[in-house]
Amino acid sequence: MKKSVFLGALTVAGLTAGAAAAATLDDVKARGTLNCGVTTGLVGFAAPDNNGNWDGFDVGVCRAVAAAVLGDPQAVEFVPTTGKTRFTALASGEIDMLARNTTWTFSRDVDLKFEFVGVNYYDGQGFMVPKELGVSSAKDLDGATVCIQTGTTTELNLADYFRKNSMNYEPVPIETNAEAQQQYLAGACDVYTTDASGLAATRAAFENPSEHVLLPEIVSKEPLGPLVRHGDNEWGDVVRWTLNALIAAEELGVTSANIADMASAAGDSPEINRLLGTEGNLGEMLGLEADWAVKAISAGGNYGELFEKNIGETTPIGLARGLNAQWTDGGLLYSPPFR
Amino acid sequence: MTIMTDPQQESFRPSMLLNDTRYRSYTFQFIALMVLIGIIAYLGYNLVLNLRAAGLNISYEFLGEPAGYDINQTLVEYTSRSSHLTAAIVGILNTLLVAFLACATATIFGVIAGVLRLSNNWLIRKLMSGYVEAFRNVPVLIWIIIIFTIMTAVLPAPSAFRGDDPDASMILGSVAFTNRGVYVPMPIWGEGSMVVVVTFILSVIGVFAYRRYAKKLLYATGRLLPTGWPSLAILFVPSILMFFVMGQPISLDFPELGGFNFRGGLQIGAPLIALWFALSIYTGAFIAENVRAGILAVSKGQTEAAASLGLRPRRIMNLVILPQALRVIIPPLISQYLNITKNSSLAIAVGYADITATLGGITLNQTGRAIECVLLLMLFYLLISLGISAVMNVYNNAVRLKER
Repeated sequence: MKKSVFLGALTVAGLTAGAAAAATLDDVKARGTLNCGVTTGLVGFAAPDNNGNWDGFDVGVCRAVAAAVLGDPQAVEFVPTTGKTRFTALASGEIDMLARNTTWTFSRDVDLKFEFVGVNYYDGQGFMVPKELGVSSAKDLDGATVCIQTGTTTELNLADYFRKNSMNYEPVPIETNAEAQQQYLAGACDVYTTDASGLAATRAAFENPSEHVLLPEIVSKEPLGPLVRHGDNEWGDVVRWTLNALIAAEELGVTSANIADMASAAGDSPEINRLLGTEGNLGEMLGLEADWAVKAISAGGNYGELFEKNIGETTPIGLARGLNAQWTDGGLLYSPPFR
Repeated sequence: MTIMTDPQQESFRPSMLLNDTRYRSYTFQFIALMVLIGIIAYLGYNLVLNLRAAGLNISYEFLGEPAGYDINQTLVEYTSRSSHLTAAIVGILNTLLVAFLACATATIFGVIAGVLRLSNNWLIRKLMSGYVEAFRNVPVLIWIIIIFTIMTAVLPAPSAFRGDDPDASMILGSVAFTNRGVYVPMPIWGEGSMVVVVTFILSVIGVFAYRRYAKKLLYATGRLLPTGWPSLAILFVPSILMFFVMGQPISLDFPELGGFNFRGGLQIGAPLIALWFALSIYTGAFIAENVRAGILAVSKGQTEAAASLGLRPRRIMNLVILPQALRVIIPPLISQYLNITKNSSLAIAVGYADITATLGGITLNQTGRAIECVLLLMLFYLLISLGISAVMNVYNNAVRLKER
């Protein structure tokens, strides 16, 4: 049995944990639940609602994968992770996949031995300041005290941005978004910086969101996406194509409303037929049921529906599609063909 | 006829390993040692195997690469282009700084509270036991967070100092208490300032020399020289004279509100204050109990004997009780100092950049070298703890009862 690297370290520390075997797909099926790593709470992306049910954009990806593999979108065990604990949790096998607005970077992909299966949100790092400071550009932030979430790409981008513009700042490293929010509101820092989507989500949870502004500068590329452990390609394929199925479904006009109809019999469009399993054997190739994509899309809707429901313009978070529109609408979302 | 013979020297038999009390303990110790080595070997082998399976290796090359992140409190030169090793050194120095400060203040808190717990005054006695029980029985992490939260919530933000009619103002125009820390004037060491500093150091030595002389004179002739005001005079007068002779080489840089924060002066960050205060007040409660135990361990007869010689209560405490109590107090005090040093690793809770936050936090996270970083961390804490123990043991040997 192959155990993963961090498990070795954990055992050294005297802990015992289940082994992270290479065949994650079999493990998930045998266990009957999917262990999905999410944030400790970022409204819109992953946060428990009033009844304790996890809800959000990243959560939607977890539920879609659970639905595709197990047939039940509720069969997910959500594991809240911080910026610091997320990679250890994934590498040790504590979670099967990580959907925690994690930036796809070279070193994480190559050096940390993870596999990013795609991008579910194209983001960039932004700054939020209280309106009363009267700051209109990030270039005015010389000498400011900045709250950052530690263990993220954010603190590296921040250091680079301020150095490039010959400005000084004082970093206040914070472990979770909730603590950062508290520090920022207490005035212990002038600026809060993280991914622009995260800032919008954080601001939406404020008592008076209108008293805070997001500065126009976006200082980095942050392609956020779900990731799995390196070396288990079958499992990687399952997560990758589940995400692609959600994106392709929007492009092809398959929604949670019309999917039951469309999946009942083969229609005119061969690609929709292949996606929904009424034609071909794509599901079998993945080691799943023929209607895997139907279940995944039914779980929370296609990509566009997930976006609108959780973080779209009608929600308090109010994010525009922007880069996250389909390629046909001038965005970057582009699913490889289902063939 | 009976012949007394020594029992025949038995030859060694394997069963004696279990049945003979002379060997039994060695047998079990040997077995335990083998089991321990076996477990460690298994875990180490497992680690190597898993690392290989995951295609990873143990490498410390990352220490030379640029860290890429900034740190808010740096005692040595550090920028985001400095190496991970420099970041680790910054963290080490921050750990040592807060540990040293907290050890010093915890000892002061502890000794005062410990002595006062034995006070004859009911109110003071009860207040001190209230302090000890409240702080000893709540985890130190909670205290750190409570103190930090109170600081950030109660003290004004720097922006409150702004405007014509500010909500907050600086004390004496030079010290600002904000929720980001305390800003105090910083001395600027101009040319010739070293002369003043050296004079001051010589004065300190002079004070000790004078007190020694006074004591010697007292023992030799019975004449009691005053020590209070001459000590003060020796301490300050030469330095002040030299300060003016050299043309006032030391000036003060006052903090001023500029931009978002105060600029200039010396900033003592809120995380440092919260961590320092929490650690010292928490560990002070433990030290108070050690001190109390040490004092109670000195027989009451000593107090009575000293009193019958005409010593006043304060002198009895300082000259008779505490020197004897120290022998009991020092060993547990060592472990309290170790506790402070190790508890300082909770610094990340308030964003203080100690070694656990830099090497064990951000560096670990950005490089993914978890095993390497944690091994280094363990090595550091081990070395520093052994170092503190060694120093304190030297002191313990110096004060312990000398049997002749």
